[in-house]
Amino acid sequence: MMERFSNPVLLKELKLRFRAFKSFSGLMFYLAVLCIFVAGFLLIYTQFSGTGFFKPSDSFTMFAVLSILQMGLVMFITPGLTAGAISTEREKQTLNILLTTTQSSTQIILGKLASSVAFLILMLVAGLPLYSLVFLFGGVSPSQFIIIFLFYFLTLIAIGSIGIMFSTITKKTIVSMIATYGAMIFLGGITAFFFFIGMSMEQMAVHSGNVQNVTPFSPITYFWVSINPGALLITTLYPEMGNALESVVGISLPIWIVYLIFYIFITVICLFIAIRKLRANMKTNR
Amino acid sequence: MMVDIQGLTKKYGSFTALDNLTLSLDEGVVFGFVGANGAGKSTTFSILATLLSPTSGDAFINGKSVVREPKEVRKQIGYMPDFFGVYDQLKADEYLDFYGASYGLSHAERKVLIPQLLELVNLTHKRYEYVDLLSRGMKQRLCLARSLIHDPKVLILDEPASGLDPRARVEMRDILKHLKSLGKTILISSHILPELAEMCDEIGVIDNGKLIAHGNVHEIQGQLQGDKRIIVKVVNQIDRARAYFEENPLISSIELNEERNELTFNYRGKMEEQVQLLKNALLADIPIFALTEEEKDLEDVFMAITKGADIE
Repeated sequence: MMERFSNPVLLKELKLRFRAFKSFSGLMFYLAVLCIFVAGFLLIYTQFSGTGFFKPSDSFTMFAVLSILQMGLVMFITPGLTAGAISTEREKQTLNILLTTTQSSTQIILGKLASSVAFLILMLVAGLPLYSLVFLFGGVSPSQFIIIFLFYFLTLIAIGSIGIMFSTITKKTIVSMIATYGAMIFLGGITAFFFFIGMSMEQMAVHSGNVQNVTPFSPITYFWVSINPGALLITTLYPEMGNALESVVGISLPIWIVYLIFYIFITVICLFIAIRKLRANMKTNR
Repeated sequence: MMVDIQGLTKKYGSFTALDNLTLSLDEGVVFGFVGANGAGKSTTFSILATLLSPTSGDAFINGKSVVREPKEVRKQIGYMPDFFGVYDQLKADEYLDFYGASYGLSHAERKVLIPQLLELVNLTHKRYEYVDLLSRGMKQRLCLARSLIHDPKVLILDEPASGLDPRARVEMRDILKHLKSLGKTILISSHILPELAEMCDEIGVIDNGKLIAHGNVHEIQGQLQGDKRIIVKVVNQIDRARAYFEENPLISSIELNEERNELTFNYRGKMEEQVQLLKNALLADIPIFALTEEEKDLEDVFMAITKGADIE
């Protein structure tokens, strides 16, 4: 019964991934960065502040900064894991053989994505003992913690899908990597830039006196901030930032709703394209 | 009919890689595909392996269309490309296990099949070795075992012996002979033409995307080589023999080797006429002690028809 639902590509990828030294070195690097950060943070707040103790509010700050740091690492690592998923098979000349098996394109693509996501989840789980320090000092609710991890999960699946799509439609891994990191820069940086431009224009319009006593309403600025992972993380950690945002853009809909819809949409579209393009040379893509 | 190719055409822009290829093969036939670089062999095999869609025409494997039912076709074929890679971090049995699972075989089936296949390709002793550490010949044999894991009716082998040393080539040939005895329909392309001649029931010669000849090895030689080259050895009187043969309208291009008392000429006649030629010459008192047909191997014929192009 279990065999019916097993995915051979997923099992093979997991086997290959956990046999490769670079997976362990990557995990080690990731945990080392988190350890250095946590140790440094504790040191600064206890030794250099002169107080010698750690307040719950400090603990929350550590949680917030740790979450942003982890988000950055996830965004940095995910393209590296997924952008070569198909193109590496093509370069190693193993793809043609794989495509002549009876596995469907959907099975192959989902197997590749799931194996990358599984490794990223392992990284997040491996970082949990460091997160647990936050609970030792208090200041963070378990629900906040769960929300943050769900947010990571959604983001890494979406980024993974973008990577898999580029890996399928480009022939070279290097091109796929560049395209995927480009998409990351757009989602993480350019959207923030567009948001600030939109906000500045809104402020300029207010100060010019043309739109005085009018409630601000700028859906485009709202859209840019809604799809920015950093903005969602900050508004999740600090709900008051969400209220401030509402007053600036004039839209009361929580940005996590738009974020959720947008990233699910991106995931579905990217996976659809990847599945369609995997057997691009066949008219019947099955 | 196990393989039925009907008017297969593949175009890349203005370039026609495959031009209205039509071919039928019965079950259990070993078919050798011969052609120069870029003649269309790999394109044909890629279409049959459902990796490439034809511009027009269709091909049927055991009655299943490669265009409309590719998934059904994949169940029927085992494909070995000319160039292929392996997963470095997998062991030989894991490699086969992965592909077995990819074809939907259960764990229990794979457990039984894998040792049998490794034995078939003489790799039992390498079962727990990493694939990357195997020699080229061993990788080729492992890939052949992989293509057999789901017990396909048709094997499509694109240059299975390319890059192998003579010993590995002989081993590969022996395995293919064994597969032939198991009743598999095998399509094979190779540049080792004498080997193809030895193991194939039928040969197809492709040039510029067109099938220019198809039949058994002797038929192909007959179709392609044109006039026969006859060697006549006489005891003496070679000039008289030459004069005698020059009178025959079916004979041309006579060459004389006085040292060996040997005449070589082109002969256009049929087998019966050739018998009569020898009979008449003996009746005319030409002291012939040997009349033989010059053996042209398939490679010579192939080189002639492809005008000396590189053999793939």
